[in-house]
Parts: sequence; C-alpha cells; structure tokens
Amino acid sequence: MAPQSKLSLGIKRASRSHTYHRRGLWAIKAKHGGAFPKAEKPAAAAEPKFYPADDVKPRAPSTRKPNPTKLRSSVTPGTVLILLAGRFMGKRVVFLKQLKSGLLLITGPFKINGVPIRRVNQAYVMATSTKVDISSVNLDKFDDKYFARAKRIKAKKTERELFETEKEATKNLPDFKKDDQKVIDAELVKAIEAVPDLKTYLGARFSLRDGDKPHEMTF
Amino acid sequence: MPFKRFVEIGRVALVNYGKDYGRLVVIVDVVDQNRALIDAPDMVRCQINFKRLSLTDIKIDIKRVPKKTTLIKAMEDADVKSKWENSSWGKKLIVQKRRASLNDFDRFKVMLARIKRGGAIRQELAKLKKAVA
Repeated sequence: MAPQSKLSLGIKRASRSHTYHRRGLWAIKAKHGGAFPKAEKPAAAAEPKFYPADDVKPRAPSTRKPNPTKLRSSVTPGTVLILLAGRFMGKRVVFLKQLKSGLLLITGPFKINGVPIRRVNQAYVMATSTKVDISSVNLDKFDDKYFARAKRIKAKKTERELFETEKEATKNLPDFKKDDQKVIDAELVKAIEAVPDLKTYLGARFSLRDGDKPHEMTF
Repeated sequence: MPFKRFVEIGRVALVNYGKDYGRLVVIVDVVDQNRALIDAPDMVRCQINFKRLSLTDIKIDIKRVPKKTTLIKAMEDADVKSKWENSSWGKKLIVQKRRASLNDFDRFKVMLARIKRGGAIRQELAKLKKAVA
C-alpha cells in the first residue's frame, strides 16, 4: 500500500473507512466469499525440556579440504635426496613422486645402495641439486595403499604356546613387491650409469667431516 | 721495506668490506685523508673509506675522474682483467669461489679425484724408493 500521510505523530490524515477502502480489504473479502481469509496458525511446537543458558549460534562444519604437504621447490621428481634419519640415515636416494598422503616415494635404487621403494617424510630429507632422469619410469601403481601393513591373523593360542617364545612368522616380502622393485630399478640404473661417478655417489653415505660448514655448503 | 703499492689515481683495488665486497675497483680521485672516489665498469661511482680497500699491484693510466667510457677503455688497454686473473691473488679468489659453489655431487667427485691423485703419487714414490734401495 502507498505510504499513509499523517498530520502529526500518531495522527493519520485518512479516516478508518478511507483507509479500509485504500487497503483493498473489500476486494480481498469479495474474493474469498465475504470473509477475510484467516491464516492457519502453525501447530505450536512442543515446549523444549531444556533451554541452553547462552544464546550461542551452532558452528557450521568446515568445508576446508586438506591438501598434501607442500613440496619444497628443490624437491622435484628425479632429485637425489639425502635421508637424514632412520635406518637409511645418510643414504643418497632418488625421489620418484609425492603420494596423496604427502609422503615422498623414493628408491635407492635397491641394487646400488640397498634402499627399497619406500615412503619418507619431507621433513627428514635434504635435497641436493643433482637430478636423475626418471621420465622412463612408470609409477602409476604406487600409492599409499601399496604400503599399508598386511593384517595379521591371530591364531588361538593354547596355554603351552603362550609360555613359549612366540615364533613370529618371518616377515617375507611378497614376490610382487620384489618384482616391482626390479622393474623400477632396471630403468633407473640405466639412467644413472650414463652419468660418470653417479653410481658410486649414490652408493656412498653422506656425512659431515671436520671443517665442514653446512650453513655455507651448497647442496 | 719501502712501500710499493700507493693510493693514486688509477690504482686498482679490491673492496674488502661492505655491500660491494669482492669487487675490483679503480681509485679515480681522493676526497680527503680517509676517503677516495672509486669507480668500476659495472657500478655507480661512489666514495669509500681507504680502510675498506685492499690495494693491488695493478695501476692504469687515467686522468682525475674520467668519464665512464674513458675508464672502461683505459681498463681494457691495461688489460686489468687478465692481469688480475693471472696474479696469484686473483687465482686464489677464483678457486675460493669455485669451492664455495660446489654441490654435494661435485664434492664427492673431488674426493674421488684426490684419492686417485694420492694413489698415483704414492705409487710413483714407491717405485722411486725401490729404485734407490
């Protein structure tokens, strides 16, 4: 309805009947058979048993999707990395690709320095500027599920066996993993042998010697 | 015991402190007791304290505060670059820079080369010792 004019605060210019006509209530009544349509009251909700003390807005769930770890710019496929911790500390290995979990997929190659295809965290790795060509290697079958632990079936123990020293089933590497290693290494070793001294370099461990200043060395 | 390297116009010096550390410059004027005006082909002419300069043996023939092009031509005529790089001081600096820029693989190759050289020397020495005995 168009705005109502007023003479003063609280005093309208138009009378009740005039306003009734302006609002068109007569037309609505005629449309609905003489009576103004009453809106149905919504069913009253049951009184909640519990009213929280504070009026707090419920938090909306986060729509943020986690990304894999950001790779350092010095770490690219084919880079030679130096492992800084763990069983293979000091070994120089070849970086293959980053997995979806953020971990780095690396290999020795196994024939050269005994490091198998393995996952490693970027934090425990130092990148060198030496690169190996890995374009001929197919890495599609390697993902985090490949490295998941095999589930052990717990056999029921008799009382006697409980007191015997447990003969753990020797953890044998399944044959398909050994074959995968051989396939990857065949390509890589060819690329590595093309560069003089690179094979011995990858076979040697890294260490700091007297007089080395790591903050002044370029890797 | 007399001095051989003098602060004079045309003396080539090495900056040993500050933003231009390691740069070869030419003294083109003397400001006062402590400062000189220096210039080099790839920098803006500026003043510097003598304490920040290490004088070299090289001297070029220029007049006081020459134009940049005159300076460059005088440096080329005197062949400053090759004189510097052939001097033992200049050679040492080049080797230092090269060693600092080695990457991990290069350092490994240097180690292999040193072992090989040491082995060759020891072999020769053993031969010589055997010849004498």
